[in-house]
Amino acid sequence: MNATSVRIVTLKIDDRELSAREDRTILEVARENQLDIPTLCHLDGLSSSGACRLCLVEITGIRRLLPACVTTVGEGMEVYTNTPRIQHYRKLILELLFSERNHVCSVCVSNGQCELQELARKLGVDHVHYPYLMPELPVDASNPRFVVDHNRCILCGRCTRACDEIEGAHTWDMRGRGIETRVITDFSDPWGASSTCTGCGKCVHVCPTGALSEKGRSVAEMVKHKHFMPYLTLMRKEQS
Amino acid sequence: MTPEELHDLCTQEQEAAEQYPHHLYVCSSDPKSILAKDLRQEIKKRDKEKTICVHEVGFMGLGAEEPIVRVEPQQVYYQRVGAEDIDALFDSLDSGKSIERLACETLPELLKHQRLVVLDKNDRINPNRIEDYIACGGYQALMRALTEQSPAQVLEEITQSGLRGRGGAGFPTGLKWNLVAKAQGEKKYVVCNADEGDPGAFMDRMILECNPHRVLEGMLLAGYAVGASQGYIYIRAEYPLAIKRLRLAIKQAQRLGLLGHRIGEVGFDFNIELRLGAGAFVCGEETALLGSIAGRRGTPRPRPPYPAERGLWNAPTLINNVETFANIAPIMKHGSAWFANIGTEKSKGTKVFALAGRVTYTGLVEVPMGVPLRDIIFKLGGGIPNHCEFKAVQTGGPSGGCIPAEHLDISVDYDSLAQVGSIMGSGGMIIMDETSCMVDVAKFFMAFCCEESCGKCIPCRVGTSQMYHILQRITNGQGTLYDLELLEELCDVMQNTSLCGLGQTAPNPLLSTLRFFRHEYLAHILDKQCPAKVCKIHKVMEAVS
Repeated sequence: MNATSVRIVTLKIDDRELSAREDRTILEVARENQLDIPTLCHLDGLSSSGACRLCLVEITGIRRLLPACVTTVGEGMEVYTNTPRIQHYRKLILELLFSERNHVCSVCVSNGQCELQELARKLGVDHVHYPYLMPELPVDASNPRFVVDHNRCILCGRCTRACDEIEGAHTWDMRGRGIETRVITDFSDPWGASSTCTGCGKCVHVCPTGALSEKGRSVAEMVKHKHFMPYLTLMRKEQS
Repeated sequence: MTPEELHDLCTQEQEAAEQYPHHLYVCSSDPKSILAKDLRQEIKKRDKEKTICVHEVGFMGLGAEEPIVRVEPQQVYYQRVGAEDIDALFDSLDSGKSIERLACETLPELLKHQRLVVLDKNDRINPNRIEDYIACGGYQALMRALTEQSPAQVLEEITQSGLRGRGGAGFPTGLKWNLVAKAQGEKKYVVCNADEGDPGAFMDRMILECNPHRVLEGMLLAGYAVGASQGYIYIRAEYPLAIKRLRLAIKQAQRLGLLGHRIGEVGFDFNIELRLGAGAFVCGEETALLGSIAGRRGTPRPRPPYPAERGLWNAPTLINNVETFANIAPIMKHGSAWFANIGTEKSKGTKVFALAGRVTYTGLVEVPMGVPLRDIIFKLGGGIPNHCEFKAVQTGGPSGGCIPAEHLDISVDYDSLAQVGSIMGSGGMIIMDETSCMVDVAKFFMAFCCEESCGKCIPCRVGTSQMYHILQRITNGQGTLYDLELLEELCDVMQNTSLCGLGQTAPNPLLSTLRFFRHEYLAHILDKQCPAKVCKIHKVMEAVS
């Protein structure tokens, strides 16, 4: 793209006057300016899907709440990232997530390293007032090095995007609909039987919770490294 | 095919039909019906091949009394005609006396209250014959546009008509077309959304089954107006007859040069392909539909960018519903002023409704926008059978609401329906009487949304499931007043934070029943009673104790 064809716009985020390229998203601009907006499905280096709804922000003049991860900035935009209305919805969304599957932290490999847990702490979710649905879901340990525990999965889709966009294998995908949705490898085969999986382990490291982990890790031992993602994306772009 | 050739074919067909003194129009939506075949055999037997012509048509109205036979030129309707009535039918043609025991008096009466634009002439068109459509003036609007009007003039005509999208949201069609026409892009697409999935709605199916060419002509005009050369019809695989007839219609149009290269001998190319849905309701959402056409999992993506800007394969894409496209050819033929004269100030034209549930005459009706809801149910639907009392009408499917008796006098248009917490939707109307429990109805629609949520965003995926479980508790007699608070809170989260229209509107049936029938919820919770005796509360309570 021609560098001169991108305009610079000025906007306000939480009453701070900022300027940014018009092709940047609200999330990118906010984070560059040390304003944090919570996210679960978004990860730097992967495409954005706007699925988790935690990065919803209020924009003056627009009635709907818009996801910051996919909404690009505009001239004169006034964005509010942390109003009481948004805080209220973010907490409820997190509560819904906790009520969906088994998220008992004390017995989780990712305890203390988990993005879901960290967000709940940050947003002050100290209890869940919806009934726990908690269906019994399988744990697939057929892969020699990794485990997928569906009970911990929040269906953020990071593993599917990392596998498709960065590794180029597209081993991961989703099956089913609604509350029955599951992440799957290949055509819902056991992970160990997958003919497309390269064993690179990127899916494990982008997973925000303990759903994907390395074998041999005990409670709270699974530390994930996600910061290589933007680097890999950049390298891919330069090569092509 | 040139406009002159089209005109010649039209007159040729009309003259051929005038050769016959008697015409029998047979309507049966049952594809297995052999009545027309039997009639033709009998004609052969009686050696009347030169005097009686049998036409199989797709739609006449009053589906409940099919097979229906209309005798022309006498304009007499007979209902529930069977093989045993064939002799009597021919005798009456000879004697000129009508058969009283078969006479159908309801249909002409019902047609008097209707205004047919989308369904117009469907009672004389055989959906398997493109010549029938052409004889009724079909494809002439297209030819005139191609040879005499610029794309900008077509856009202007549609904008002036005031037509709004018939898929549910009611977005101004002209505005949408203009956006696509102005969008930058070498390749553009026109997509017809035929993934009709609301429970109790079958307008689009009937339009496609009865007159597929009207939709094709609408898409062609759209392609010409916005500068697209490829169209797709995304149709659900559960409509095999509509698919069969569409495939045939596309082939026939290609054969006559009404689809393909250099249509009308001018420089306009347009092709239409079918894409079959695999049974996901959410694929009726436009971004999910486009993803599904492109071969991806059918899940919605955030908008903007809207499909008009970046749609199918990131190209500007015009996406309209079947009924919207079916309105285009009549508008271009009769002019925008004619169309804008029908309906109300903000909702122009007519709307096709599918009446279902506890109503005497189920089936399709087409009325001008703005008629009172009461007239649709009691005049066109014939009221509630078995001397039962009207309780509510559900409009707009899982995204709509239940309208109670006290609002029966509202006029049916986009804005009035929104005021009472429902929507126009695609046109499904489910009528309920006192034997329906409104909590159970809300539970039915929530179960539907729970099953059909794509699972992508959290509020819809978990919210619908939580709400379904709460409603199940209430209908089992185990609900509490706190459950009502929880329901209202969940409705609010879903409306404000869900990714697509499915999640944002899924609470509507629940909210409207909570608004108008709260006493029924309270009866379940406090008195452990189901007023309509639908929910088996006492059985559950016995089992618990």
